[in-house]
Amino acid sequence: MLVADRVIAVALMALSIYFMVHAVELPIGWEGSSGGPGGGAFPFWLSLIMLLAAGGILARSFLQEGHSGPFFDRVMIIPVVSVITALVVTIALIPIVGAYVAIPLFLLWYLKIYGRHGWLLTAPIVIGTPVFIFFFFEATLKILLPKGVTEPWFFPLYAMFF
Amino acid sequence: MAYTFTRRVALAVAASAALVASTATTALAEGWKPQKPVEMVIMAGQGGGADRLARLFQSIIQKEGLSNMPILPINKGGGSGAEALRYLKDKEGDAHVVMATLNSYYTTPLRTDIGVDIEEYTPIARMALDTFVLWVNADSDIYTIEDYVAAVQAAGGEWKMGGTGTGAEDSLVTAMLEKEFGIKHTYVPFKGGGTVAKNLVGGHIDSTVNNPSEQMGFYQAGKSRPIVAFTPDRIEAFPNVPTARELGHDLVYWMQRSFVAPKDMPAEAVAYYTDMFQQLSQTEEWQTYTKEKALMADFLTGDDLQAYFLEERAKHDAILKDMEGGSS
Amino acid sequence: METIALLADGFATSLSPINLMIVILGVTAGLFIGAMPGLGSVNGVAIVLPLTFIVPPSSAIILLAAIYYGAMYGGAVSSVLLGIPGASTAVATTFDGRPMAQQGKAGLALIAAAVASFVGGTISVILFTAFAAPLADLALAFGPAEEFALVLMAFTTFVGLGGDDKLKTIVMICLGLVLSTVGLDLISGQPRLVFGDLPGFYAGISFLVLAIGVYGIGEVLYTIESSRTSPQVTPAKITLSELKAGFRAMNRLWKTMSFGSFMGFFVGMLPAAGATPASLMAYGMARQSSKEPETFGKGNIEGVAAPETANNAASTGSLLPMLTLGIPGSPTTALLLGGMVMWGLVPGPMLFIEQPDFVWGLISSLYTANLAAVLINIALIPLFVWALRMPFTVLCAIVMVLCIVGGFAPSQKMHDVWLIAGFGVAGYLLRKAEYPLAPLVLALVLGPLMEKSFRQTLIAEQGNVLAFVERPLSGTFIALAVLFFALPFIKYLRKSARQKVAPAE
Repeated sequence: MLVADRVIAVALMALSIYFMVHAVELPIGWEGSSGGPGGGAFPFWLSLIMLLAAGGILARSFLQEGHSGPFFDRVMIIPVVSVITALVVTIALIPIVGAYVAIPLFLLWYLKIYGRHGWLLTAPIVIGTPVFIFFFFEATLKILLPKGVTEPWFFPLYAMFF
Repeated sequence: MAYTFTRRVALAVAASAALVASTATTALAEGWKPQKPVEMVIMAGQGGGADRLARLFQSIIQKEGLSNMPILPINKGGGSGAEALRYLKDKEGDAHVVMATLNSYYTTPLRTDIGVDIEEYTPIARMALDTFVLWVNADSDIYTIEDYVAAVQAAGGEWKMGGTGTGAEDSLVTAMLEKEFGIKHTYVPFKGGGTVAKNLVGGHIDSTVNNPSEQMGFYQAGKSRPIVAFTPDRIEAFPNVPTARELGHDLVYWMQRSFVAPKDMPAEAVAYYTDMFQQLSQTEEWQTYTKEKALMADFLTGDDLQAYFLEERAKHDAILKDMEGGSS
Repeated sequence: METIALLADGFATSLSPINLMIVILGVTAGLFIGAMPGLGSVNGVAIVLPLTFIVPPSSAIILLAAIYYGAMYGGAVSSVLLGIPGASTAVATTFDGRPMAQQGKAGLALIAAAVASFVGGTISVILFTAFAAPLADLALAFGPAEEFALVLMAFTTFVGLGGDDKLKTIVMICLGLVLSTVGLDLISGQPRLVFGDLPGFYAGISFLVLAIGVYGIGEVLYTIESSRTSPQVTPAKITLSELKAGFRAMNRLWKTMSFGSFMGFFVGMLPAAGATPASLMAYGMARQSSKEPETFGKGNIEGVAAPETANNAASTGSLLPMLTLGIPGSPTTALLLGGMVMWGLVPGPMLFIEQPDFVWGLISSLYTANLAAVLINIALIPLFVWALRMPFTVLCAIVMVLCIVGGFAPSQKMHDVWLIAGFGVAGYLLRKAEYPLAPLVLALVLGPLMEKSFRQTLIAEQGNVLAFVERPLSGTFIALAVLFFALPFIKYLRKSARQKVAPAE
């Protein structure tokens, strides 16, 4: 826990330094000519406060006893990481094979393999969700989802529902 | 319950239905039709003048059935339209996307290098030229451009001119005013022309360079006063407002409202959209709208439009260089 | 008197059978759209707008009002059930709504939200009916200085003194504010912090992206990890007696709700502010004036009622500057404004005089739509609660799909979907390290308003910082902001003083 606390504090400090470096590309001081602070002032000074506060958290972790116990639950870290991986793979697949392939694949993996549900529950959700999404988002709200290579399959559907 | 506007709408429907009946058959005969909904990218955020106009086009197209597929407006206003320009660049060859432009179509690539050359895009149609007018609060005792210049000079650089952001169209007009009259404003940027108009009426700023459509409501209520129009001829809606040119100052500035398409859009698709916008420009609604909002409906397509874009880009390049030279 | 006659005319139209059908249809559609994370009234109104040219205008207005109200009620549903605010206006509702749902009191929280929304909407429509014209002048008096002061007040009422780690709260507020500056700087027109010039960042980081990431994906990951030790299914059920208990509980909250309604209406009426600051202020004030502020954030029903009254009142209030000044306060009102222009109306000071039929038709539809929304919402609560009884692995999978699709929908960029995933993982880690996430989200919502109005004022006033205090309206707000900031300290000091005295006696 203590280690994780320090790692996160250091990461936040690094992030604020990154912001500060980029904020100085615009004036960060008080602009005499136009009145008021320059474009970089808000991000720069706020990042500085963030750096100091995160530094304070880091310093504090050395001074006092932290929470005991591990940061991650060792058994549950595996499912968490696998869900994150599945999510990333799904998002990466959406522009290539389209939302209507990627999302059912994600659901199939999540319900059947990860959730160990039977086909009786999995199949209706895997099929029903994209159908619902199509009618709700595309046919009704006219919000088109990325389709990638599957685009031509949808031409007849468009002709029917628009 | 008689809605006064029902009659007007009904008339418009009747008139344009007749028109569509006569032209729709030609569009069908040409063969190519969009196979999926057409994206209409808007180079500005929701609620601004450009957005409102694009959505007006969308509803006229839908109402008159000018397209067999729906037109879907999408706002990509980030970075003064840089986001939209980059998006269109990635859509090379796509036959299902058009973009509603305004003057940031030239100014944004000129001001920051975003790797976009507007010469590559396919011009579709110029629908209108929007006009600019100098406005003051109706409570002020400024009636002429001389009063205005005197007042700005008296304020010694503290005169507050509201606008929609450095590099935006109104800031260019402000810069032109400053150069022509040797005056200095404090330029206060706001988000959107409507907010600018409201701040003028609320007395938080001293003057604005707004499109007439943004000030119309306040003008009709007698809360704001037009001083001078930046058009070659007087605007029909404001017959008593002189143009700068009449007064001996050659200040003319337009906001173009056009549609462009990505590079290498198939020729049949270009023809389809050009035809669609041509029909749109002849609808009763559009013609009423341009009259009421003091827009110049000036339809232009094809190579003429491209030539116009390039000429305007050169002009804006000169104005922007002038502005930077002046301020630094 | 004339007002009443005009309103009666309006009611005569909106109560015809066909229009009642439209109301029911619109409200139901709006509810589901609003309940979908990522989608809100703006999506509902956008699709319906072109339809309004086909149906008679009187029905068109009613349909728009019905969708608008339905979506506002729906936002709370997503906040309570999934813990994901459907729109920025419903952020504050998650703070206590979500804990209530986790304690199995989802039904109660939803009833509270529905009743509170109804009260807020109704009071606000009444204020609208009575004072629309004079209030428009007040909205005009609001310049950038007043906007800044108001946002500052929203901030301080909320931040005050939370129970969380102070240093971590400061880090999160700063991070949120810095993230809010990403994108194009309005004043100078230059891009800022665009992370190696990625075009997706030019538009800035949308609040919804952060909220869906942190509250949607982050929450799911957190729940997966803790699911080993805690029960998997939220014991949610709803019975008639619970319904009655819900109404009784709401009865005691009339003070919070009437305060929230008035404040929501006034804040919502100011063009720049809108419903989000209003709901946050209502929540903050309810917490500060409460006898037991420590129960807030842990499932206090008052913490659901306060922001819900305020955001509904404010959404109604935000129609006022749209109609009287032609200034849209939110993307939804901007679309409505566009619609009015297409109908051939000129929104602005003359609208009430030239088009009384339209204005009063709209106002009477607001009454009808609001009533229909509360009834339909309460009728659907059992369905919403039932959705929570799905097996945990099914619910999580569906929530993640909704996050992806809902995150894509508003801007239609894959860039935002990646950001949601990134914020989700970051939010999960930060939450585990006990960083409070609410200040992060709030700062991102309020940050852009705050920086913009601050700098506009200084430019207009030639860098004179005293401008904020010199102007009467903004001076008052600044004074209130200082007071709200100091209040918890004062309370704390008094409490500890009393404790010191007590043993001596």
